[in-house]
Parts: sequence; structure tokens; C-alpha cells
Amino acid sequence: MLIDFFLHLKARKLPVSTKEFLTLLEALQAGLAGHSMEDFYFLARSCLVKDEARFDRFDQAFGEYFKGVQSIPGLEVDLPEEWLKAMLQKHLTPEEKARLEKLGWDKLMEEFKKRLQEQKGRHQGGSKWVGTGGTSPFGNSGYHPEGIRVGGESAGNRTAVKVWEQREYRNLDDSVEIGTRNIKVALRRLRRFARQGAPDELDLEGTIAATARNAGYLDLLMRPERHNAVKVLIFFDVGGSMDDHVKVCEELFSACRTEFKHLEYFYFHNCVYDHVWRDSHRRHSERTPTLDVIHKYGPEYKLIFVGDATMSPYEILQPNGSIEYSNTEAGAVWLRRLADAYPSLAWLNPEAERSWSYRQSIGIIREILAERMFPMTLEGLTRAITHLSRKR
Amino acid sequence: MRFEGSDNYVATPDLMLAVNAAIRLQRPLLIKGEPGTGKTLLAEEVAAALGMPLLQWHIKSTTKAQQGLYEYDAVSRLRDSQLGDDKVKDISNYIVQGPLWQAFESDTPTVVLIDEIDKADVEFPNDLLRELDRMEFYVYETRQLVKAKHRPIVFITSNNEKELPDAFLRRCFFHYIKFPDRDTMQQIVDVHVPGIKQALLKEALEVFFGLRDVPGLKKKPSTSELIDWLKLLVAEEIPVEALRSPDQKASIPPLHGALLKNEQDMHLFERLVFMAQRNR
Repeated sequence: MLIDFFLHLKARKLPVSTKEFLTLLEALQAGLAGHSMEDFYFLARSCLVKDEARFDRFDQAFGEYFKGVQSIPGLEVDLPEEWLKAMLQKHLTPEEKARLEKLGWDKLMEEFKKRLQEQKGRHQGGSKWVGTGGTSPFGNSGYHPEGIRVGGESAGNRTAVKVWEQREYRNLDDSVEIGTRNIKVALRRLRRFARQGAPDELDLEGTIAATARNAGYLDLLMRPERHNAVKVLIFFDVGGSMDDHVKVCEELFSACRTEFKHLEYFYFHNCVYDHVWRDSHRRHSERTPTLDVIHKYGPEYKLIFVGDATMSPYEILQPNGSIEYSNTEAGAVWLRRLADAYPSLAWLNPEAERSWSYRQSIGIIREILAERMFPMTLEGLTRAITHLSRKR
Repeated sequence: MRFEGSDNYVATPDLMLAVNAAIRLQRPLLIKGEPGTGKTLLAEEVAAALGMPLLQWHIKSTTKAQQGLYEYDAVSRLRDSQLGDDKVKDISNYIVQGPLWQAFESDTPTVVLIDEIDKADVEFPNDLLRELDRMEFYVYETRQLVKAKHRPIVFITSNNEKELPDAFLRRCFFHYIKFPDRDTMQQIVDVHVPGIKQALLKEALEVFFGLRDVPGLKKKPSTSELIDWLKLLVAEEIPVEALRSPDQKASIPPLHGALLKNEQDMHLFERLVFMAQRNR
């Protein structure tokens, strides 16, 4: 029962497990899906999908799979007989094929329609309608987007927009762009708790163990409090082509500010050279030499670049390549220096990942940073964070 | 045993279905959703509607899975031993039952709420797998096996701060409470702020959904904030006209502090309103 549906979900890259599938069947057996397709949809979603980021994918897969089944009843569409025959042939067992020869096509169609009628009744009535005999694969392939799409759009038999067709959860899909809260959630994965500082908390376990070892004489042990010990250094690219991405950068920045206790940030333009700055208004008067940054913040800091890495290759590769002033050392030298100083490093790029290969400068920077560039989507951020939190 | 929503809680059909599936198949129900959409409230309401006692277990970053089962109060035992109390000889005097144990021991079925499970350590859900699956656990100190007399209905809420392990998810039903649409919101308000004038409510909802649509807000106002704001509006007897300026000019709604909770959002909103006024 419903095994095709299960396999279809698997094929659509939804991480469904057999156990969850069995739970769904159990729930159907218990009559929980009531009397409608919609109930079945909700029940299936509740059993099989455990992350709202995957709801949209589930909605699509569900729609694809059941579109065929949905539009069968009535069979108002005039299908070329040859098609149906061909499609049906594919799904018949040898015995059925033999029967088909015996009964003749018309008779079989009759029977088929009768079954559909019956199924229409039972489809309202519960859970079995997909499983009845060969009808489901028939409908599935006959009308399925992957086979030949006939039902759906062309016929007027789509009554109302189905819940799963509204695709309300599209925004929650994790490949889309990010909002502050999402960023915070993603950044939180970078947390690393450690005990540091003055011992001011009673270490109960330790005290008990020590006391027991002391034959019952109280031996109090203290330990430092636990806090998030992760240290983050962020370099933001500002101005020029980054103006398009101001919003998402702001969001990232504000999320970082609330998430990390040890957060240091600096700005640069296009590529990092011998100095960076903290305040964009006073960028020409108050600069910080990049070397000072490297010396001041140790290698335990995790370095994150935020920038579109889109510029002329000369700005990276040539001394005096900067568009703002003449730099004695090329940007590439500085990037390598930073990459050496900070083993934990990631570059977040707000440009869409698919356009990266068309920009020479992006390729160069990726090469310098050993491919540690990630797109600034939630999924990319998660990848970056996973990368950063890897122990080395 | 079916949950059909209650006088204090508006449950959408999909939510009801998920709750009933969890009740019927006796599996935990994991609930996610924007803050303020009534995740915690759900457990309370289900318990009330089904007439079952509710055992709450609020999770913090320091909570250990063990604490939900039982704790061994070593400190009192230590103290008693130093004072020469007789109780000290029996270790079971120092075993303190946690919410899950209480639920397992209860003579009637219970509802257990594990609130904000994502706050705990990553290993936390894994440590509860067997307990939630088989509904039994072993007390090492007293060498006894605690088995549930009735499988409790377990609700688990999460704010999505950490990903939960797959093994854990597989054992749960899952429901995502999405932000209510206008009709549902109307029902929710009717339940929580009865007697509000419909005209006022209509305007207020207009303002509220408008506010949620403002781009770039750090924290969008949630259902619970809307309810608070409406209660304030009613309590302060704010007239409808205050929400709807006669010349259709954009204006800052009264008591908007109940809806916007952060300075930057407030500034952004005021700036937008100011710009809207100037452009007319």
C-alpha cells in the first residue's frame, strides 16, 4: 500500500524512513485520515516530514504524485486509446495481459471505469484508494508529469486549489535567502561552550566525588561558568558592487552582533590590502593596519569574509592594483597572509552561486582560499558554519 | 479521545489532525513555529480539554535528559549523613522524581510537555530516545525498572535553534504551526478578547497585518503580541478613529510598543510612516 508514493518521495530527495512510512500506514489503519485527500495530505506530512524547510519539497512531490490520481475519476479527458493501451501495458503483469487479450480492450476499459467509480467512492471513504490494484500506477504514469501530462491543466476537472498546491512553505525552503532570525539560528551552530575565567560555580559532581574520596569530609570544588567561547572576526566588503547586497549584509551583521560575545569586524573595499577600517565615515582618517589585526587577534579567531569578490583581476593580483590608492603588495598576498594566520576561514558571497564561474576574480579568490567560498543563502551559511566549526 | 480545539484555543484542522494522530498512536508530537504562535499553550489546552493532568518540563541550556527521569539528591544525603539522620541509609529517600517518572507512575493518562527542547545540549534528544519510544527507564541507584502504566501524550516544542537528530525525529509526529491567516486570526481574537468591537478589531487587524508586511523588521509582531495589544486597546478605550486617521494618512498606531519590541524596528517604522506622510 502506498509504496510507490513512498518511493516517489525518496526519489524527490526527501529523507523519509521506513519506520516513518510504517507509522503513516498505522495511522491510516487507525482511520485518522478521515474522509478527505486534505486530511491524508496533512497526516502524511506530519508523519513523514520533520522539518518545515522540506515542506515545500514535500508539497511538490505530493502534487506530482497525486495529480494523476486526482484527475482520473470521471476520465473526462479524451485520451487517445493507443496511449492508454501503451501506458497500461507497462504496468500489467503477464496474467493481466493475458486477461486483457481475452477480455478485449473495451471490456477492460469498462472494468477500469467501474473500478474508478468505486474508487471515487472509497477515495472519499478512506485510505485505500491509492492502493486499489493497478489503478494507481496507471493514473500515476498516465497523467504523471514524468510520463505524459494530460489531466491536470488541460481538463477542467481541477476543482479547487489544493493545499499542497498553494506552496505556502516555499519561503521556508532552506535554499532561499535569509532573514535575521534564520541567520541567528544558523550562526548558533557555531557556538562552542567552554569553561573559562574565574571559578565561581559549585562543581557538584566534582564536590561529591572529592567528598566521597575524602571519606565523607566535605571538599568543595569550584569551576568557571560555561559560556560561548567562539571568537569571530568578520571582514565586510563595502561600497561599489556590494551596494546591491546591503540588506542581507546588515541582517547578517545584526545577527552576528547578538550571537557572539567575541566579535570583531572590519571593513574593506573589494579586496583586503594593508589596511582595513572600522568606521565607514572615517575610513580615511582611522585605519587599522591589517598586520595589526593579525597580530592582535590570534589564530583561534574564525575569520569570515563577506563580499561579492567581484572586481577586476588586477585588483587582486597586481601591486598597485587597488582602485583607491597604490598598494605596495598585491591583494592576493594579503589574502594568503590572512588565510595562513586563520586556519578557520570562510568567504560568504551574496552573489548567486551559479554566476560564480563567470567571474574571473571569484575564481581567483576561491583558489587562494582553497574553495572555502559559500553562497549567502541559509543553506550556504549552514555549510560555511559546519566548515568553520570543524575542529582542526 | 479526540481533541477538537477548545474554548480558549483555536486549532486549525491540520493541527487537530496531528494532535489526534499523536494521541491515537501514542507517539510524541514535535511542534515548531514562529515564536508566539501558541506552541506551549497547545499542550495546556489539550490537557485541559481531555481532562488530564499536565506535567511540564521546561528545558534550559543546562538541562540534562536524566533530570526528566530522576535526580539523585546527593547534597541532602551528604548533609543528612553529617547530621547522623537515619534516613540516610535508604538511598531511595534521595531519589527525586522528574516529570517523566511522574507521568509514567501516574494512575491516569497524563500529558507531558517538553518545552523548548532545542535549548538543551545537542545530545539531549538522543538521551531520551528509549524513554520516549519504550516509555520505560532504569533507576541505577535503586535498581528498579520504571515502566509507564499509561503511555503519556508527549508534546515537544522547538524554536529551531538547533537541529534535532534524525533518530529522534523519526519517532515523532511533526507539526509546524504556521502564522495564522486573517480568518483564523479573527477566531483567535474572538476567543481571547471577547467583546471587542468588530469595527475596532477590523482596523486593528489591518494595522497588524500591515505591520507584519513592513520589509526589514527584525522581529515581526506575533499572535500573542497582537492579543496583548488588543487587550491594551480595549482597556485604554481607544476609539476606532485613532486607528484610522480620517484623511487616510499613514500614522503611528497607538500603543505600538506592544507590537514592536526593538528600538531599530521602532525607528524603521517611524521613518517609513514619516516618509509615507510626506509623499502624500
